[in-house]
Amino acid sequence: MEGPMRADAKVCSEGGTESSPRGPGCSLRHFACEQNLLSRPDGSASFLQGDTSVLAGVYGPAEVKVSKEIFNKATLEVILRPKIGLPGVAEKSRERLIRNTCEAVVLGALHPRTSITVVLQVVSDAGSLLACCLNAACMALVDAGVPMRALFCGVTCALDSDGTLVLDPTVKQEKEARAVLTFALDSVERKLLMSTTKGLYSDAELQQCLAAAQAASQHVFRFYRESLQRRYSKS
Amino acid sequence: MKETPLSNCERRFLLRVSCELVSPKLNRATEGILFFNLELSQMAAPAFEPGRQSDLLVKLNRLLERCLRNSKCIDTESLCVVGGEKVWQIRVDLHLLNHDGNIIDAASIAAIVALCHFRRPDVSVQGDEVTLYTPEERDPVPLSIHHMPICVSFAFFQQGMYLLVDPNEREERVMDGLLVIAMNKHREICTIQSSGGIMLLKDQVLRCSKIAGVKVAEITELIQKALENDQKVRKEGGKFGFAESIANQRITAFKMEKAPIDTSDVEEKAEEIIAEAEPPPEVVAEPVLWTPGTAQIGEGIENSWGALEDSEKEAEDEGGSDEAVLLDDMKMDTATEVSDIGSQDAPIVLSDSEEEEMIILEPDKNPKKIRTQTVSPRIGSGSPHFMYYASLLRRSYVV
Repeated sequence: MEGPMRADAKVCSEGGTESSPRGPGCSLRHFACEQNLLSRPDGSASFLQGDTSVLAGVYGPAEVKVSKEIFNKATLEVILRPKIGLPGVAEKSRERLIRNTCEAVVLGALHPRTSITVVLQVVSDAGSLLACCLNAACMALVDAGVPMRALFCGVTCALDSDGTLVLDPTVKQEKEARAVLTFALDSVERKLLMSTTKGLYSDAELQQCLAAAQAASQHVFRFYRESLQRRYSKS
Repeated sequence: MKETPLSNCERRFLLRVSCELVSPKLNRATEGILFFNLELSQMAAPAFEPGRQSDLLVKLNRLLERCLRNSKCIDTESLCVVGGEKVWQIRVDLHLLNHDGNIIDAASIAAIVALCHFRRPDVSVQGDEVTLYTPEERDPVPLSIHHMPICVSFAFFQQGMYLLVDPNEREERVMDGLLVIAMNKHREICTIQSSGGIMLLKDQVLRCSKIAGVKVAEITELIQKALENDQKVRKEGGKFGFAESIANQRITAFKMEKAPIDTSDVEEKAEEIIAEAEPPPEVVAEPVLWTPGTAQIGEGIENSWGALEDSEKEAEDEGGSDEAVLLDDMKMDTATEVSDIGSQDAPIVLSDSEEEEMIILEPDKNPKKIRTQTVSPRIGSGSPHFMYYASLLRRSYVV
């Protein structure tokens, strides 16, 4: 790790770029996932990232109201309930982001005129909430057996004031960061499905965060794979 | 602030108890306020939609309030900080996560456990000064709870002949009537409610209360044990809370420890991508001022009305495509310049602009390539040069 680090530092000073060497200590927090923990929903999953945890339940494909039906594919609905209080505008916008991600991967054309509902309940929020919601939604969709063309995962990066990149930030890191970027990546080619950002950053920093998120997503997908292997193993 | 997920059989609740200092109610100036809010999440059952659950919700909320507030299990006098001015308002939010029947039992257990577990910030009053200590300064204090009322539900079938304790969802759907008894471990009945229109005999009700007494004793013991465990773990500094309720041994659960990610090549990758990427397109957005107060940016789309049969040709070059173009009503005036297509014999190249070619197919003729343009002079007050704009005609098939 020493070699590449020094090379980076040189590139920095020669190129005169503003980014300072990123911490090689980028790490994802402790993960845990439990599936099929609720008996009523068709699929459910609880996903923990450090101290952030989200519970997801999926109903579908089920009957849809005539006003909401789409003739050639399934209607996907996402409901996000916050920990306290009534859902507000922030929840609505997160619901839309999650819905757009899910619509990109769920094979809705196999179930026309049905509805697939994803309900997310925030149990605790300690940073990178949207990424945790995306991961929980994906595991719940897998548990429900909804056909998808790929799995997806969410990764959050934070850039602090001196340009250091931090993956999976905590609440404190998010508050002190200059920019917080959340990406949803797909599992087949680790391409970008959704991105939402807040704050100020250059396009070089954006590409760096995206590359870091892709590296992190490999890890998340390995976690998915291992947890499913464990679940369906016979031993 | 405290959250607990509680699972009772298959019913699950997510609770949150929070407190804040508010001014008291006018008719109860020295008592704190207890507020319960039960919510049926859409996750709990597919039938729970935001607008459609009011009856059930009201019934459950009211029963929970009667059970916990009217029974005076919490000492509300102790929640008073400054009489008539500041009291604690304890708010209990319950979210139902999974509906497997008998919501009220689970809700009452969840609420009482949460209240027992809850710690509020410490407050000291010296004369007129009120000091509120943060959890870091002084340990938060528990609420003073006199007793723990717990609801037990009984479902009746066939006009009281069959009795089921703690019905699940299917049983609830087909039951004739429901009897809910809230009791504490001292065998005191806090609330009793009979619904569903069944008529019960006295000894049936007494029998139910005996069963309830036994059940409540068991449940209270379980609660005490759980609270003690939690206290022990907290004292020892171990991890507690929801994160630890994910059982290790379950096959459906999986954990992974903190994982470092190698991001050392991130910068190179990013620079590569930026170097290979195309430069962002030139966006020319110069506004053109026609008259004082009227400016235009960009081009509009073609107006294709009335252009089906007429076409114009002009040998003029077209002006820069980024410059502002004529408004549509000007085009109508230029219809006179249109010439008839049908009389063309040879393809006419009108200009070397980059428009799409128009082909008119006629059944007995060869398709011709004709480019057409509509050109109209720009009229602007004092504008020295004319603006031309080319119009695209759709491919039309003349039959």
